[in-house]
Amino acid sequence: MSETSGIYALWYREFKVFLREKSRVVSSIINPILWLLIIGGGLGASVDIEGINYQTFIYPGVLAQTILFSSIFFGVYIVWDRKIDFLKEVLVAPISRTSIFIGKILGGATDALIQSFILLLVGVAFTTIGIIPGLNLNIITVLLSLVVLLVTTTGLVSIGLIIGSQMESPEGFQLIVSFLVFPMFFLSGALFPINNLPAWMAPFTFLNPLTYAVDALRGILLGVSQFHVAYDLGIVSLFSIGMILVGTQAFKRMKV
Amino acid sequence: MYVIETRDLTKKFKNLVAVDNLNLQVSEGAIFGLLGPNGAGKTTTLLMLTTLRNPTSGSAKVNGFDVVKQPSKVRNSIGIVFQDPSSDDILTGYENLKLHGMLYGMPAKLREDRIKEVLELVDLTDRKDDLVKKYSGGMRRRLELARGLMHHPKILFLDEPTLGLDPQSRDHIWTYIEKLAKEEKITIIITTHYMEEADKLCDRIAIIDSGKIVVLNSPSNLKKTIGGDIVTLKTKNPNIEKLKKLRFVKKVEIKNHTLTLTVTNASEHLPEILKNIGKVESVEVHSPTLDDVFIHYTGKEIREDSPEGGWAERAMHMRSNK
Repeated sequence: MSETSGIYALWYREFKVFLREKSRVVSSIINPILWLLIIGGGLGASVDIEGINYQTFIYPGVLAQTILFSSIFFGVYIVWDRKIDFLKEVLVAPISRTSIFIGKILGGATDALIQSFILLLVGVAFTTIGIIPGLNLNIITVLLSLVVLLVTTTGLVSIGLIIGSQMESPEGFQLIVSFLVFPMFFLSGALFPINNLPAWMAPFTFLNPLTYAVDALRGILLGVSQFHVAYDLGIVSLFSIGMILVGTQAFKRMKV
Repeated sequence: MYVIETRDLTKKFKNLVAVDNLNLQVSEGAIFGLLGPNGAGKTTTLLMLTTLRNPTSGSAKVNGFDVVKQPSKVRNSIGIVFQDPSSDDILTGYENLKLHGMLYGMPAKLREDRIKEVLELVDLTDRKDDLVKKYSGGMRRRLELARGLMHHPKILFLDEPTLGLDPQSRDHIWTYIEKLAKEEKITIIITTHYMEEADKLCDRIAIIDSGKIVVLNSPSNLKKTIGGDIVTLKTKNPNIEKLKKLRFVKKVEIKNHTLTLTVTNASEHLPEILKNIGKVESVEVHSPTLDDVFIHYTGKEIREDSPEGGWAERAMHMRSNK
């Protein structure tokens, strides 16, 4: 009983803080819109991919990018918790480390999902006014996308928390995470199709869990995908379960 | 029955023994002080007693539960106010308390009633909906005091509860601590390097230095062990041999033209001392304080060892050394 109440408490706190730090939400929404309009619009003026408008093609990729960045960077808040000593207050409470980890994942996933939901609404608006043609956005595809995003974000938030739980300074966290986040983004097929990659690049791309998230989202929203959506979802689920297991251990070892 | 009992409690870091075979017993309902300079091992002891660090060897029981084997039972029985503020400043005072209640699994009704109670206790009721960011240092400490009490702990740990506070806030916090000791009927463990604080609040004090307990007793008994009053004299060429022969002079120490004597009934014997000593620049007589006790047992002044603390404290420290 105390465990669920504790998990709820941690989620409650993250959610309150998220609502109060509006700049975080705004910047996390502006960034993907710039990608869509400028990269998408600029490149799209001379490029289309297999007959699909480039802006439309990268929309699922930008969605995945948003979830990637906000999920992994969420890990910095545990570094801050340690810095402001709030972590001690949590660690000395009579709840297990596993519950603390779950509470944090739920907090991070909520943040990331709210941001992606806003971006999905932006997508609907852009489709309606004709900036992004041919996007298949309706209640069912939005819900399916949210399922994919939910599964993806739990794994990604776990990565952020694993790194954050071992770090002392927010700067160190930023540094390590950028080495991880950018390759993951560029190698995910967010910006280009993955069926015709150079030989050296293909293995990295197919080892990257984000590739399957992008592929699933593209399958749902555009009707084109490299793999079956269920297969993609299966891979992402395995990745997330793996990260949750590692994260639980990392939290058990975490020092004050 | 002892609420805290340690047996040879030891914590070693690479090449440092932070806590060295500590044996400690604290009775229920006491205000117990761990007094020592920074780096003496107070906070490490506290972290072990609160299950945040595992001991290297030895054992400790808190409220009858082993800190290593039954950490969550220990955690349920204790409340802590950490040395550094540990509340979330983007949340309001009320939200911090609510969060705490939920973390400790308190049912909603009980939680809300208790929040009202503890806010009342520390006089923060009218500021409860302000962000903690907007609180002063003293208010924040009070909020954390309230938070530590939220879940009705049997034992409350206060780690340097007034460190870095101005004298007025310090007095306030002391009043609250005394009030809650009376009203909440709990055992309070305080670590501090302020002698005055230990003297004012604690029933019993353990003076701890380099991870060991040097002496443990009530403040008044500790002061009695000095065996007299303290006489401080400034003089160029004191006749020390002659002084040592006087039967009421218990102890003579000299440091840079400053002579410190321990004298029984100093006010009565002062004329005779002055007669024997020769030319004197200034004299000061005071009854023993815990400062003197500390110097007596550890051979050093507590403040010499405290380079930490806020900038204001360091600045004051520098000035007093001039």
